[in-house]
Amino acid sequence: MIYNDEFETLPREALEALQLKRLQQTAQRVYHTVGFYKRTFDAAGATPDDIRTIGDLQRLPFTSKQDLRDNYPFGLFAVPMSSVVRLHASSGTTGRATVVGYTHRDIETWSELVARCFVAAGLTKNDIIHNAYGYGLFTGGLGAHYGAEKLGASVIPISGGNTKRQLMILQDFGPTAICCTPSYALNLVEQGRAMGVDMQALKLRVGIFGAEPWSDKMRDEIERALDIMALNIYGLSEVMGPGVAMECQEGREGMHVFEDHFLVETIDPETGEVLPPGETGEIVFTTLTKEAFPLIRYRTRDISRLITAPCRCGRTHFRMDRIQGRSDDMLIIRGVNVFPSQIEAVLVGIQGVEPHYQLIVDREGALDTLEVQVEVSDALFSNADEVRVLQKIERRIDKDLRDYLGISAKIKLVEPKSIQRSEGKASRVIDKRQF
Amino acid sequence: MKVEQVSVFLENKPGSLEEVTRILKEADINIRTLSLADTTDFGILRLIVNNVDVTSRVLRDNGFRVSRTTVVAVEVPDRPGGLHGILAALKNDNVMVEYLYAFVEKSGENAVIIFRFDDSDAAIDVLRKNGFNVISGEKLYSF
Repeated sequence: MIYNDEFETLPREALEALQLKRLQQTAQRVYHTVGFYKRTFDAAGATPDDIRTIGDLQRLPFTSKQDLRDNYPFGLFAVPMSSVVRLHASSGTTGRATVVGYTHRDIETWSELVARCFVAAGLTKNDIIHNAYGYGLFTGGLGAHYGAEKLGASVIPISGGNTKRQLMILQDFGPTAICCTPSYALNLVEQGRAMGVDMQALKLRVGIFGAEPWSDKMRDEIERALDIMALNIYGLSEVMGPGVAMECQEGREGMHVFEDHFLVETIDPETGEVLPPGETGEIVFTTLTKEAFPLIRYRTRDISRLITAPCRCGRTHFRMDRIQGRSDDMLIIRGVNVFPSQIEAVLVGIQGVEPHYQLIVDREGALDTLEVQVEVSDALFSNADEVRVLQKIERRIDKDLRDYLGISAKIKLVEPKSIQRSEGKASRVIDKRQF
Repeated sequence: MKVEQVSVFLENKPGSLEEVTRILKEADINIRTLSLADTTDFGILRLIVNNVDVTSRVLRDNGFRVSRTTVVAVEVPDRPGGLHGILAALKNDNVMVEYLYAFVEKSGENAVIIFRFDDSDAAIDVLRKNGFNVISGEKLYSF
């Protein structure tokens, strides 16, 4: 099913013509209304008039997360505050928060894009959507909420946390769809089971999960535990929030980027060089229709690749593969590049351990060390209380990490309560290194 | 004639054993005997208690990985060669011991050895055949 048939299935040629027109308008507007862009364009020797083809986008400079922080809070807004109707902000856990604004029309656009996502997941106005993304400054909660209302579905604005209450509502209200982070979905499953709830008997049939990287194996586990179809949604507050890209239920291989509103590029994170479609690199977005907070070539630091092959769903928009990691999450352990998601994929493949894990990176002398903390599963320990069985699991994890990823790690089995359960984004990596 | 033992997975970190004993104290559980197997990273605490159901429930509720395993308790006179007699009999019949631990009864006359075997039933047959006193869970829990 497709929400906006006209724009989601535009022939590539017409789509690219539309993108060029919108890009030219955006470049003109930011150059003349936002001091930051005038300075960076001038420094790069570029003017908005240079944009004659889509390829000319490469003449424009990148915008980084640091640029957003430097202009905290409203320095990059392209409209007066009287036109801004909503503010959101990133959590700021890794530095100063970044603040984004929306006009009435921005909220309209965003709502439509999230409605497109829900329809791509097979939802209609007859669905009840359990929205467990956090409400507040985080874009997840309200973004999904407005999209659900736009579609005409019934939305339960449960927000994050209070898992026992969530489980009660999942049983009593009978929602048919759930939105949350994948790690929170697993947390719900675990706590539900502990309370004796038959999680497969819930009316849920679709889950729309995002806001953190996850693996196909984690998807299988969630689908089995809840007896649902799990789909991947992508977005980031700087670009808009959830609804920048969405997997369709027909394809389930990569998320369609709504290219009538966003231009997407892949670049080499080291050199900034634009990569041909299909190659893995850092994803870069330029907004085409945003009024309050337009962005030119924003470096997301998310690592993925574009899929240009036609999709059986009929959408012409390119897809981006699931996020493999973040360019700044990438761990370099003794010279080997590793993403936490790759370690997770190895762990999920081993029977006897849970997909709850934490990575501790440290440095001893000149050498990086990686400690993988992982929980022993209940099933494994219930059947064997012997040291050698647990040590065998440790050796298996060690061997698999060497074989698949080429890294050596110290494996530490931990008690279930040692790794904090997520009520939002799971924090997987603790980096103790001092650079 | 088998005995149930509660095993708890513990990380090697300060206070993890203390947490278990506090939980058991609050649940009014009496520990009859215990053993702790440890490696550099983790340990397995094995407990013989007066109430197996309550013990495994309260520990599980507090986020511990718990397992209930079957062990065999044998009474021997507390004097030189007591344990050796049992092991010699087991060796003759090729019965493998996974692990064992022991305590002395209150009277001070006998020791009780707790054995974990691969095959408890076969081991009990061998022990009985050789005249050893295999004691029941009920008796052990209420010593």
